[in-house]
Amino acid sequence: MSTLPGWRKIPRGAVILEPGSSVRYKTASWRVLKPIIDQDKCIRCRICWTYCPEPAILELDQQYTSKSGRVYRVTYTVDYDYCKGCGICAEECPVRAISMVEEVR
Amino acid sequence: MSGFTIASIPREELLAPGHRMCQGCGAAIVMRHLLKALGKDVIIAHATGCVEVTTSLYPETAWRVPWIHVAFENAAAVASGIEAAVKALKKKGEISPEKKIKVVAIGGDGGTVDIGLQALSGMLERGHNILYILYDNEAYMNTGIQRSGATPLYAWTTTTPAGKVWRGEWRRKKDIVGIVKAHGVPYTATVNFAYISDFYTKLKKASEIDGPTFIHAYAPCVPGWRYEPHLTVKIAKLAVQTGIWVNYEIDGDSFRVTTPVSKRLPVEEYLRAQGRFAHLTGEEVEMIQKMVDEDVDYINKLAGSVVIGPVERK
Amino acid sequence: MSKVIPLSGNYAVAYAVKAADVDVVAAYPITPQTAVVEKVAEFVANGELDAEFLHVESEHSALSAVLGASAAGARVFTATSAQGLLLMYEIMHIASTARLPIVMGIATRAISAPINIWCDHSDFMAASDTGWIMLMALNAQEAHDLIIAAYRIAEDPRVHIPVAVGYDGFIVSHTVEPVDVVEREKAIKYAPKRVTWYTLNPEKPMTMGSLASPDWYFEFRVQLQNAIESSREVISEAFTDFKHYFGREYREIDSFYTDDADVVLVSMGSATGTVLAFVEEARRAGMKVGLLNVRLFRPFPEVEIAKHLENAKVVAVLDRAMNAGSSFVGPLYSDIVVTMFKRGLDIPVINHITGLGGRAVLKSYVESIVKHAYSLVGKKMRDIERHYSFIGVRE
Repeated sequence: MSTLPGWRKIPRGAVILEPGSSVRYKTASWRVLKPIIDQDKCIRCRICWTYCPEPAILELDQQYTSKSGRVYRVTYTVDYDYCKGCGICAEECPVRAISMVEEVR
Repeated sequence: MSGFTIASIPREELLAPGHRMCQGCGAAIVMRHLLKALGKDVIIAHATGCVEVTTSLYPETAWRVPWIHVAFENAAAVASGIEAAVKALKKKGEISPEKKIKVVAIGGDGGTVDIGLQALSGMLERGHNILYILYDNEAYMNTGIQRSGATPLYAWTTTTPAGKVWRGEWRRKKDIVGIVKAHGVPYTATVNFAYISDFYTKLKKASEIDGPTFIHAYAPCVPGWRYEPHLTVKIAKLAVQTGIWVNYEIDGDSFRVTTPVSKRLPVEEYLRAQGRFAHLTGEEVEMIQKMVDEDVDYINKLAGSVVIGPVERK
Repeated sequence: MSKVIPLSGNYAVAYAVKAADVDVVAAYPITPQTAVVEKVAEFVANGELDAEFLHVESEHSALSAVLGASAAGARVFTATSAQGLLLMYEIMHIASTARLPIVMGIATRAISAPINIWCDHSDFMAASDTGWIMLMALNAQEAHDLIIAAYRIAEDPRVHIPVAVGYDGFIVSHTVEPVDVVEREKAIKYAPKRVTWYTLNPEKPMTMGSLASPDWYFEFRVQLQNAIESSREVISEAFTDFKHYFGREYREIDSFYTDDADVVLVSMGSATGTVLAFVEEARRAGMKVGLLNVRLFRPFPEVEIAKHLENAKVVAVLDRAMNAGSSFVGPLYSDIVVTMFKRGLDIPVINHITGLGGRAVLKSYVESIVKHAYSLVGKKMRDIERHYSFIGVRE
């Protein structure tokens, strides 16, 4: 038998008491292609973050100084725990700062 | 009009990752942003459908707001009851009368234009303070791509296959906004997330009105429309650029196209991007172009000027 | 202070809704239930009941709306009959497994086809597998009282299961009788409004109505079965307290002369009055006949029922509904047969289907049922060739 909790131990009526608990389910394994953000090319336009269906692009208050010396207040990074590899971010990036590479596991 | 830009989108995520919506799902983008637009003080009643099943798989939920699913055809009725309860409990002091709670119903095209139409009509007619959001992926995607009343002309689905006799769906998409409008609701609009500022402006406007409002949201479906997942936003944009989808709002009696298109792209560009139209002959493409032209003429007539321009052939 | 006024069964139910200070009512007109919601509407219109009244566009939406309202923490009510109940059927199952304390009145009526607006129990019985607690009232007073008790039972933190109260269409719903009306203050003291079930609230977001895979679905169904089984204790408490508060006594079943009865009749709803009239006559004539009236139909009080059937030689069950093609035909009969078989009571149990579609159940029918029963004394179940018959139908 499964080690899951029995009927006496779970809330009534299939209610889920913990909001946003789907974070426990990592969807990384769905990914075939993996987005890589080139932080120097990225212009922080927010488009990849906007169009991620998961959401799996994080907008962090992390300062970044590009090779050309430009200082950005935010950094966009991929949350590889959840990214399903759809490639919308790479497709929509106006400066082609995101490349899709083969996932190696 | 509101000055809303992509920079104004709140950072807080009310839809958690880990949901099982498909790679590149358009409905997922709709859900994520509608939650951001509405904020935390909502109660959502959700119809059965792909978003419902992929976000609430016990014991985990993607929702960070109060959310209930009951059945397929009754999201509008369940929402009506919730709204009435909030009203009654505020009056009796069980809920603080100052507390703002927006009741929202969400349904797919099957749950809205087909099986849920009666409950929706009742909700609209009774004048509840509810925002109803239809995410339209143009077929029963949850059960595996069967046609609905919102499936467009000539689209392949598993129940309107393209064969020797049938050429895909042979009926035109139901005008759900027209049906909603006929109930005399204060506000109804269409949204397409490729035009994100317009999307937010309308969601906010609809949620702030004290009365029944309706948003028809475009939601491309990767497996159902048969395209590569990275093209979701491209296709959404093409829909507007070709005029097969028009962003507009009906605010009281005033009709306004919110995303004018001065020169349309031929609808063929939209159709050829999707496998569900792969079987179309040139003649059939022309038939769809003619239908879009007629629809655009009608929109321009409602708008009182040419807001959606003619097709520009390359 | 009590107030006795003449009320129909429907109005008696409406007065109970008012006494229970219900917050949200959603209902759709259907004969013979309509007068309940008309009266409730009148109470709301006059400010006698502070409730939201939803003029829904169908019974499906009526139950869906009160389900939503209950999930948002409101005390709710709806009522229906026949086709309306069938339209609610899908949502009835959802309401019970979602564990929401909805209360519903059912003015019982025959199911189409042919369309027929008169009394039988086809609708009530069709809902018997939905996981609701189900009570059947004998008269207007009972309909009134059981609705009030229903709130106490449904909302008890040990229960959280919806409750349906049946009362016979026209025979009870439209017959005016003196009803001792419960006052709101006392009703609320007896059935206090305390929201102990899970509710939708932005302060504490939760997800209701999730999708349960094969890993989980079964557990929630077992939860329901366990809860409805153990609701017996709460129901019994509710009845005991009811007597304490209002002086009227209710039991899961009523028994009359069953201790030494050779033939025990089993009945439900208004026909019980007719059966009892015959039983009393028969007793005076020296016949050892008894009667059981089933008030609590779900959960089926089989232990109590069996106690009254243990010494019988023949049991005859009257059903006002039929399940065509089944091994039992009458639905109440099936519960009685199983109850007896489980206890090894191997005596003839006969089913009589009668009074369908509003046809009167006459005392002479009961007489013929009893006569037939006596002819089977001493036999065993396997000796019986035909286990059911229709009484009062033309050949």
